[in-house]
Amino acid sequence: MIGLEHYLSLAAGLFVIGIFGIFLNRKNVIIILMSIELMLLAVNINLVAFSYFLGDLVGQIFTLFVLTVAAAEASIGLAILVVFYRNRGSIEVEDVNVMKG
Amino acid sequence: MGVADLVFYLFAITTLAGGLMTVVSKNPVHSVLWLVSAFLSAAGLFILLGAEFVAMLLVIVYVGAVMVLFLFVVMMLDVDYEELRGQMAKYVPLALLIGTIFLMDLGLAFGNWEFAETAKAARAAPAPDLGELHNTAALGRLIYDDYLYLFQAAGLILLVAMVGAIVLSLRHRKDVKRQNVVEQMHRDPAKSMELKDVKPGQGL
Repeated sequence: MIGLEHYLSLAAGLFVIGIFGIFLNRKNVIIILMSIELMLLAVNINLVAFSYFLGDLVGQIFTLFVLTVAAAEASIGLAILVVFYRNRGSIEVEDVNVMKG
Repeated sequence: MGVADLVFYLFAITTLAGGLMTVVSKNPVHSVLWLVSAFLSAAGLFILLGAEFVAMLLVIVYVGAVMVLFLFVVMMLDVDYEELRGQMAKYVPLALLIGTIFLMDLGLAFGNWEFAETAKAARAAPAPDLGELHNTAALGRLIYDDYLYLFQAAGLILLVAMVGAIVLSLRHRKDVKRQNVVEQMHRDPAKSMELKDVKPGQGL
């Protein structure tokens, strides 16, 4: 029988994979953004699992808002990335500290 | 082990494998495609949990819009990804260390625990019986009755993100000829054309 623990373990694994990806691809911003998406997905799995096993719909509502913010974050992040690439010709994160006002 | 359990393990394994391949694969396009597979299996898990609306949202918004945006940017930027990955091996020990520590931290929470006795009573919106009201309708009622302001705020966030993305990525090129509509509309036939009487053999 699949219980809440199974879903929580899965979400924990996914979250850790996201963190692992951020540290692994320190130069490639695109992969870092994707890792953040993975971590948000893990959070969503947690929310929906709790919502199901507790019988409370608010968890799904919260998932909805997390999805909204994640979509907005991805679009802004990619737009910044495109501008950065246009100005610098590369997407190496190590160069980002020269991006001043 | 029932069918539901098998399906759970199938989706769980594909989600984790998709996530792992996303962060380790060599080609960013492959990364995006692995991420799509992870999101699709997560949508399957959501359906297993009876959250159809969120699952469809994940498929439509995430796989349909955000991932395509990622794919678009990955293909648009002409970057030598091999070079970016050059020192990836250097970071593997650190990344593994931090990942293990986090996993152990989270593992501590999965010991022996249970819901508090008051948890059932403290629910804000108990899920209705499936025969009574299905998931999407129940969520819709909840959003438009109790969480209307938050819903509007979410719309505002999306609007701001859209405006921000356009402002950031819009650029005016100086060296391109553009149509000037106002100038075109105010063009006067009397000024723009002149008739000359050309005499034979003389020219102008």
